[in-house]
Amino acid sequence: MTPHTIQLDQHGRLKHFLTTEGLNRQTLTSILDYAESFAGVSGRAVKKVPLLRGKTVANLFFESSTRTRTTFELAAKRLSADVLNINIATSATNKGETLQDTLHTLEAMHCDMFVVRHGNSGAAHFIAGQVAENVHVINAGDGRHAHPTQAMLDMFTIRRHKPDFESLRVAIVGDIAHSRVARSEIHALNILGVSDIRVIAPKTLIPDNIESLGVRVFHDLTEGLQDVDVIAMLRLQRERIKNAVLPSEEEYFRCFGLTGTRLRVAKPDVIVMHPGPINRGIEIDSQVADGDRSVILQQVSHGIAIRMAVMAMVMGAAPDSSGGDN
Amino acid sequence: MPENNIDVQQLIRTLKSGLDQYLQEHDRNDPLFVGIHTGGVWIAQRLHTLFSSTHPLGALNIAFYRDDFSRIGLHPRVTPSSLPFDITGRHVILVDDVLYTGRTVRAAMNELFDYGRAASICLAVLVDRSGRELPIRADVTGTSLALNADQHIKLSGPDPLKLVVSTTA
Amino acid sequence: MRIAVSNGHLVCPGQRLDGPGNLYIADGRIVSAGARPDGFTADLEIALDGQYVCPGIVDLSVHTREPGFEHKATIASETAAAVRSGVTSMVCPPDTRPVTDTPAVVELIHQRRQRLDKTRIYPLGALTKGLDGQQLTEAAALKRAGCVGLSNVDKPIVDTEVLRRAFEYAAGFDLPVFIHPEDHYLKNQGVMHEGKISTRLGLPGIPETAETIAISRSLLLIEQTGVTAHFCRLSCARSVELIAMAKQQGLPVTADVGICYLYLTELNVDGFNSQCRLWPPLRADRDRLALLEGLMSGVIDAVCSDHQPHDEDAKAVPFSRAEPGASTLEVLAPLAFNLVATRGFKLEQVVRSLCTRPASIIGIAAGTLAEGAPADLFIFDDNRQWTVAAEQLASAGKNTPFDDWEMNGKVTHTIVGGKPAYQDN
Repeated sequence: MTPHTIQLDQHGRLKHFLTTEGLNRQTLTSILDYAESFAGVSGRAVKKVPLLRGKTVANLFFESSTRTRTTFELAAKRLSADVLNINIATSATNKGETLQDTLHTLEAMHCDMFVVRHGNSGAAHFIAGQVAENVHVINAGDGRHAHPTQAMLDMFTIRRHKPDFESLRVAIVGDIAHSRVARSEIHALNILGVSDIRVIAPKTLIPDNIESLGVRVFHDLTEGLQDVDVIAMLRLQRERIKNAVLPSEEEYFRCFGLTGTRLRVAKPDVIVMHPGPINRGIEIDSQVADGDRSVILQQVSHGIAIRMAVMAMVMGAAPDSSGGDN
Repeated sequence: MPENNIDVQQLIRTLKSGLDQYLQEHDRNDPLFVGIHTGGVWIAQRLHTLFSSTHPLGALNIAFYRDDFSRIGLHPRVTPSSLPFDITGRHVILVDDVLYTGRTVRAAMNELFDYGRAASICLAVLVDRSGRELPIRADVTGTSLALNADQHIKLSGPDPLKLVVSTTA
Repeated sequence: MRIAVSNGHLVCPGQRLDGPGNLYIADGRIVSAGARPDGFTADLEIALDGQYVCPGIVDLSVHTREPGFEHKATIASETAAAVRSGVTSMVCPPDTRPVTDTPAVVELIHQRRQRLDKTRIYPLGALTKGLDGQQLTEAAALKRAGCVGLSNVDKPIVDTEVLRRAFEYAAGFDLPVFIHPEDHYLKNQGVMHEGKISTRLGLPGIPETAETIAISRSLLLIEQTGVTAHFCRLSCARSVELIAMAKQQGLPVTADVGICYLYLTELNVDGFNSQCRLWPPLRADRDRLALLEGLMSGVIDAVCSDHQPHDEDAKAVPFSRAEPGASTLEVLAPLAFNLVATRGFKLEQVVRSLCTRPASIIGIAAGTLAEGAPADLFIFDDNRQWTVAAEQLASAGKNTPFDDWEMNGKVTHTIVGGKPAYQDN
């Protein structure tokens, strides 16, 4: 089964959230709408709703990421779920226990949901294929494949500023080749109807045949940023220089770093996003990162609402179809 | 299939005078109006106008507080709750269109408490119908109807407001 | 033992046989592929109804996993699977544990096989000690012990000087080298074909140049050293072109393709299907078509199973952690014969690439129904349909990418050395 069929139940509802690819516009819009409802919860005296009371969510992080794990944890807690944080990178799989053993152990503890971060593309999909029928899986990033909740919080941020997706020009700048965020963003933007999606990077950071995902490729930042409404920056990993993909951080910043001057070719009301953590002076200038076009901090708070929405949606998609009371 | 049309305006007037009396008896001034999504908000709007309240109107969406989530999942559309005031120490009039099992009111009160500690909550409903499953009663009602379990009552609106009773075949 | 096969359809490219006929076997040899010899009395009569009677398949690559990886499969389990598949001779790569780099390991393999009396095994010796890519093995001793060629399998020989010397040394003893062409650096961390699907799935890709550069490098050294070389498992269109050019120049080269590569492509990897993690990787559809064309024109000499049985755990992991390879012995014959109906191959071409050419590549007296030849043969019924069910494979490896595929045709009898080794009930 392909990733986009395994994540839906027989009624077409989200049962796992593994990738934005293959979902329909209505599903993505629902995620954004629910997130809008959940966003209000964070502003109240009691920042909790009882939706997932009595449910157990296990954060399975095979790759450490404090930031992502924290927002998932907070989201689960605001839905009143119990949360287990399991850092597998230092746990049982090093003692010869297989991934399947770990999963079955956790299932025996009656976990209802796994939030999975893994270094291998397809890991969340693999886990979704292994778990029992009533267990849900959310992909918190797998290899270079997908990071769907990050992409959706970016869509949420875009919609808050520019609700008409169809008229947007969006540029994704940076290490497209190794970025799961970029792939998930590209799928989400296409599904939501954005017709002008650009990826901007040196050739070594653009994967083979990326055009087949529905984007245009630019190797010149100024040219690519012309009249864009949204700029999604990506984080540059230092290994790229070690592995002879790039010559130096300095040259990268000179050619692809986002500066105030370069920003001027974009629309005056352009918004600048970044999934964090930021490499200041490598992919983005501090003046831009902290400037009035930056929505980077909003992204972080939207992350909690999006993750609440996704968790509530997948957990709610198991039941029989009898109606409720009034 | 509609059996009869009920005069909603008349029920609202009854509700208004009942509330007047209730507030007087309990010596509660300057209450906040909070409607339960969707029908309750329509009724609360009418009362809010009739009372010439100077406070904004509150709206509760209890979708995240329902006790049937694990059976039926999330409702397809959830308009966010909006309480544009601090309810702590205030008298709240909680308004719904129909009081039936009592589960919606239970959920609404739970949600209200997550916003703060109200001084009091008064429950005002347009129609109090039979079929209660929880120990919950209305303080003020527009009317009471004895309906069988196979009968449904539904408020449509917002303009005009219409109450329709139907029976499942 | 004396066996009479009557009313079959004999196919043997060497003997120009492709039509109805009878076959008579006595004392391990074929005594007649035509008229019943005078006074021939059979211990076993196999009466057919036009089923194909072909020389036994000579499979150029079967990993038995023994010695060293008996938790995946053994010589016993895989020779049993081989006879069910019409394979009467098979070449076993040297990536055993210990590596087949000394006569002792070769002898061990032969001993294990002899006790079983099934498919014949022809081991390849390691081209470098421990497959380390640095030190040459004792090629003469390996040849004397029975190795039919030398190979470094999937371990790279990065040092071109070592590769040159290894070729030269093998050439001196008339041993062919079996090359799995792959540039170690271009492969990098790749786990599938670099293309549209790898980009979508975010899986590290292996570019086509990883194969074509390695082929080009070897071809120049083959020209220089005069070694006879066999290229294993071509995967892309450009590789077929390179081999065609080399053959035109008269270089002593041959090539094969694995059966999977004629049916599957990168698209089958979609959904992170770890059963389709193969090495070399499944490539684009145009590559598959070029491989089919190369096989038909003879640029690619042989088709083999490239059988790689695995234990369950080897595949029950995320795609990039899965071990490459598929269990393919049992689908080899049906999928190869299916090319006649679906791809316009001649029966004779299929038998040539399964049996005749591989036999001559490893220099054994097999792949023929000639009178006097060893009686290694199989009977194939192209009217027998069956559905692949992973759990029911005879091989210890249940890792098939063809689970649930409908097969048109089945091996019904296999005879090794004049003795019935398998008969379908």
